[in-house]
Amino acid sequence: MKILVPVKRVIDYNVKARVKADGSGVDLTNVKMSMNPFDEIAVEEAIRLKEAGKAEEIVAVSIGVAQAQETIRTALAMGADRGILVQTDVAVEPLGVAKLLKAITEAEGADLVILGKQAIDDDSNQTGQMLAALLGWAQGTFASKLELGDGKVQVTREVDGGLETLTLTLPAVITTDLRLNEPRYASLPNIMKAKKKPIDTKSPEDFGVDIQPRLETVSVAEPPKRAGGVKVEDVAQLVDKLKNEARVI
Amino acid sequence: MSILVVAEHDNAALQPVTLAAVAAAKEIAAKGGGDIHLLVAGKDCGGAGEAAAKVDGVARVIVVDDAGLEHNLAEALAPAVVDLAGDYDYLLAPATTAGKNLMPRVAALLDVQQISDIMAVEAGDTFVRPIYAGNALATVKSTDAKKVITVRTTAFDAVAAEGGSAEVETRSGSYGQELSSFVGQELSKSERPELTSARVVISGGRGIGSAENFAILNGIADKLGAAIGASRAAVDAGYMPNDYQVGQTGKVVAPELYIAVGISGAIQHLAGMKDSKVIVAINKDEEAPIFQIADYGLVADLFKAVPALEEELNKVL
Repeated sequence: MKILVPVKRVIDYNVKARVKADGSGVDLTNVKMSMNPFDEIAVEEAIRLKEAGKAEEIVAVSIGVAQAQETIRTALAMGADRGILVQTDVAVEPLGVAKLLKAITEAEGADLVILGKQAIDDDSNQTGQMLAALLGWAQGTFASKLELGDGKVQVTREVDGGLETLTLTLPAVITTDLRLNEPRYASLPNIMKAKKKPIDTKSPEDFGVDIQPRLETVSVAEPPKRAGGVKVEDVAQLVDKLKNEARVI
Repeated sequence: MSILVVAEHDNAALQPVTLAAVAAAKEIAAKGGGDIHLLVAGKDCGGAGEAAAKVDGVARVIVVDDAGLEHNLAEALAPAVVDLAGDYDYLLAPATTAGKNLMPRVAALLDVQQISDIMAVEAGDTFVRPIYAGNALATVKSTDAKKVITVRTTAFDAVAAEGGSAEVETRSGSYGQELSSFVGQELSKSERPELTSARVVISGGRGIGSAENFAILNGIADKLGAAIGASRAAVDAGYMPNDYQVGQTGKVVAPELYIAVGISGAIQHLAGMKDSKVIVAINKDEEAPIFQIADYGLVADLFKAVPALEEELNKVL
């Protein structure tokens, strides 16, 4: 089985995003960028499947600027076999990403695509579901557990009320949730090995896919600021303020 | 211009989140006129269809009742929505795990770029949505003829569940479950109010230390009629089940009062609760980032402060 793992280069999860003064977007100058945390979990899951002998090859794919190569290298250092970079400076939307991934999935003959459930920059939570629709495949979103069987995969999903378990026929698209696994750190030897693994660079035009955005960003603003708070001395003071000042109890 | 809202329901009644999604639909309708229809899909969902007909602002309810639609499997439900989509300019669903699972599949089948988690409607084609864990709000304009949208339900005041009298139309359809099938579920049972709609929420973090210790919050939750939430750290450590997680990728809450106990205040947690009206933080670390966002901060050992707070509340209220 071949597994495709799309990975996205995003703002590091420890960095609080700042909005540009001109309202045109978020300021990413000199900001630390990393692999989307949910995508790390996806890469880790694919590697565990390979280590369990259930997959032969893991291909990491990224769609974005040239530096996304570093993100693919991270996946290779964790254990993916090779990478594909679809290089573009266009901020490709989930629908466009899904269309590109469909073309790559079909070209590669992958049977499983594991994605992060959402990117922590755009927070759309759409790409995996869209890809599944375009491929006509089953989807197992927000997965916290995967069990690969014969022609099927059992997925436990984190849903609003608790947990739900589904059986999906293969081929399928899975999106990862936080508790699916804890991703490994790439060891130094593996980081060195990863430099020799191949990354194929392509462009969106190579796939004949229209990635023109459908949404226009009119403006980006900071959320309303909260008024500053105070420290209270003890619970008596706290309850007094909640009751008589804030009037919420 | 007309709007189809995909209702979330349990076959007998509508979930409150549906009423918030209808509220968003009303705002869209106000920007251009148009009828709001509610889709109630499932197996044996007639009861929910009747409840839907009473919702304020709904002109028509469409019930699609089919064995293949049991358990809300996206692979079956998306085609059912797409079969109806021809009549609508807008397709909405609440941004719950069900809505998030379903709508992008619908959008892709319709070749539409979905707009997720809207918090406001600026115009018929322009919406505000949170990005970067809610540290930025993007105003986006859609150029698609059809709009597929999920609604952040804490950003819209629910419409009334009674007062409407819509016509109920039953449409037939046959949807298969070849791609996926339901095996089972483990749902949390609680007498407490639902986390995303509770007026008061008290949440525990890693500082609580164990699953057993979470009981320390019960007295206050009882007294205030609060829902109980948890930080990611507490859920990862196994103190609470996943559906209690408040945060960027968990539940988004905006209660009147949010009490964060033993929660440090990571960016991702804040994303799920920073629109609360009043925020209280109890943490023994005075440098904890949560204090930057709290209206009232108490630097104290939670194991002393929480019982003391419970006692004080019982005295005063």
